[in-house]
Amino acid sequence: MLRAGLIASVLAAGLGLAAPALAQNTVYIPAILELSGPGAVSGTNFRDGMLLAIEEINAKGGILGKKIDTPILDTQSDAGISRAQIQKVIDNKPYVIIGPVYSGSVLVDMALAAQNEIPEIVGGEAAAITQKGNKYVFRTSFGQQFSMPKIANYIRDGVKAKTVSLLWVNNDFGKGGRDTFKKEMEKRNIKIVADISSESGQTDFSADVVKIKAANADAIFVYLNEEESARFLREAKKQGIKAPLIGETTLLGQKVIDLAQGAAEGVKGHVGLTVDAPVPAVKAFAERFKKKFNYVCDHNGIKGYTAVYFIKYVTEKMGKFDSKLFAQTLHGLTITPKEEPGVLMEATFDQNGDIDRESFLGQVVNGKQKIVEVLPKLGNSK
Amino acid sequence: MASFFQLLVSGLATGAIYALIAVGFTLVWQTSQTINFAQGEFVMLPAFFILAAMNAGAPFWLACLIGIVLSVVILGLLFKFIIVDPMLKYGVLPLVISTIALSLFLKEGAKDFYSSQAQPFPSLVPATDFHVFGIVVSLQSLVVLAAATATVVALHVLLTKTRLGRSMQATAQNPTLARILGIDVNRMVLYTFLINGALVAIASILISPIYLAKFTNGETLGIAAFLAAIIGGFNQVRGAILGGVILGVLDNLSAAYISAQYRGAFPLIILIVVILFRPQGLLGRIEERTV
Repeated sequence: MLRAGLIASVLAAGLGLAAPALAQNTVYIPAILELSGPGAVSGTNFRDGMLLAIEEINAKGGILGKKIDTPILDTQSDAGISRAQIQKVIDNKPYVIIGPVYSGSVLVDMALAAQNEIPEIVGGEAAAITQKGNKYVFRTSFGQQFSMPKIANYIRDGVKAKTVSLLWVNNDFGKGGRDTFKKEMEKRNIKIVADISSESGQTDFSADVVKIKAANADAIFVYLNEEESARFLREAKKQGIKAPLIGETTLLGQKVIDLAQGAAEGVKGHVGLTVDAPVPAVKAFAERFKKKFNYVCDHNGIKGYTAVYFIKYVTEKMGKFDSKLFAQTLHGLTITPKEEPGVLMEATFDQNGDIDRESFLGQVVNGKQKIVEVLPKLGNSK
Repeated sequence: MASFFQLLVSGLATGAIYALIAVGFTLVWQTSQTINFAQGEFVMLPAFFILAAMNAGAPFWLACLIGIVLSVVILGLLFKFIIVDPMLKYGVLPLVISTIALSLFLKEGAKDFYSSQAQPFPSLVPATDFHVFGIVVSLQSLVVLAAATATVVALHVLLTKTRLGRSMQATAQNPTLARILGIDVNRMVLYTFLINGALVAIASILISPIYLAKFTNGETLGIAAFLAAIIGGFNQVRGAILGGVILGVLDNLSAAYISAQYRGAFPLIILIVVILFRPQGLLGRIEERTV
């Protein structure tokens, strides 16, 4: 049923029919996501979380009496295709755009959305996204400038490392993470003894692992996308890497754990969003997601789910559909689960569109992510 | 130095898999002048046959057998009868375009009928290491290297030590003369397609635990096989083997010692050098054709 609806939506979007045909009783909120290519894991999780939220909201009458109409367009994990898809949906005058997840695509798209004064709720984490003065872009998870200080503190205080090897993916997400991580390491006098880039979609990590082993660092920080993370972990296990493997959210994701087939055991790190969070609302969401889609969602599923509820809450607060006012309202807004249970955890948006929430330290134990510590919102910890 | 040997073993293992794929590529070319641009997708697909068989309850070894049989039938037999035979009479170019279309069909088909996401694929052996004089060598790499080498050796024995193999070689070298000598040329051509079907299935079983099973895997593998065949010599099986091994080792060593960012460029540089100075490939023979 869901798949049939999805295909119908995609076809409708392809024919350019969605908005005009359904405009009277629906609100047009298209999604641009990575449904194939290297970002398929992220995009699919994001999509399914989003679809679950839409189904729940539409079942209760929609937003201000209008059902949500969300055609989903595939970026194929390519920034150029993503931009073409954004242009296509902008022609149909969307209320808000959801996605993409890949930072490279977000960076290409967001200026176009801003020119048309359309808010964009994105899954990208590259620091640069919210540092360009764009008033229409909003995150669903931490930017790297929020997550990297937390991981750096953990490497210094938890792992007590003096040297670290860094493996990162050579795309906008990876480069942003690498630059921010290096700054945080310098601030803490931790030396980066190996700085290794890998390609998006890379399949063979044997050379990278050999270089990491040769560097003999106290800890290894891995900042790759999902499938590459799993391939790296398998190769690291094959070559007998002993130093602690530290990651940021992705490396500890359930999809990576499943793909790595035992090689993720013992991996530690910071997790911005996780279905294993000791938060009852998140656990209840994870159960509903698993029941509907028959797999355990990762952090991207939570991003997609909460993105739709952010839109619902802000719109109902405004009492009307006004894209420009939406962007103005969301800046500086704090949304609590008491006000809108669908946001799952309290979230605060700053003036740049960055989001602040509680986050977690985790470890992979027996093929599952285990949360060992809850970290407060950055706003509360200052 | 220990790192160098580890990289060498790992590169040889990957190169041996490239060699398997490239050998099938050259065999099909030699006997039927078919440049199969779907060869990469041919390696991608058997992994999904095997995963589908495992999902249906088959143990891994049985699923592998099923995968090989399906590969031989679909990627060998049906490929020849449905695509190659009807198109070959129109020349090489329409056939090349047909195989490009087939590669897109197989790729999108695997995505739609199985999944767009990478799937874990079982290894033949568990992840165990050997420590020899400070060098850590994984059992998985050794098994991949051994399995690929054994397959290539078996193929070499078949081609050079058996009547069937010599008939296939005769067909490849001069089909008209082979026909005069009483060799059933059509059957020999069919055999090469079936062998290619088996080779890509074996390559798929060896590479998928490293790459993970994914519909896009054929893009990398197809290019690697094509480059290996050209570098080694398109008209020689041993050339394809050498080309595959060179590519695998070069990829690992260049990523480690020169530049990880430009690792994809080094095989192309080798290709250009070979074309400039030895256009028939490192072990290929010069062919003259009348036009």
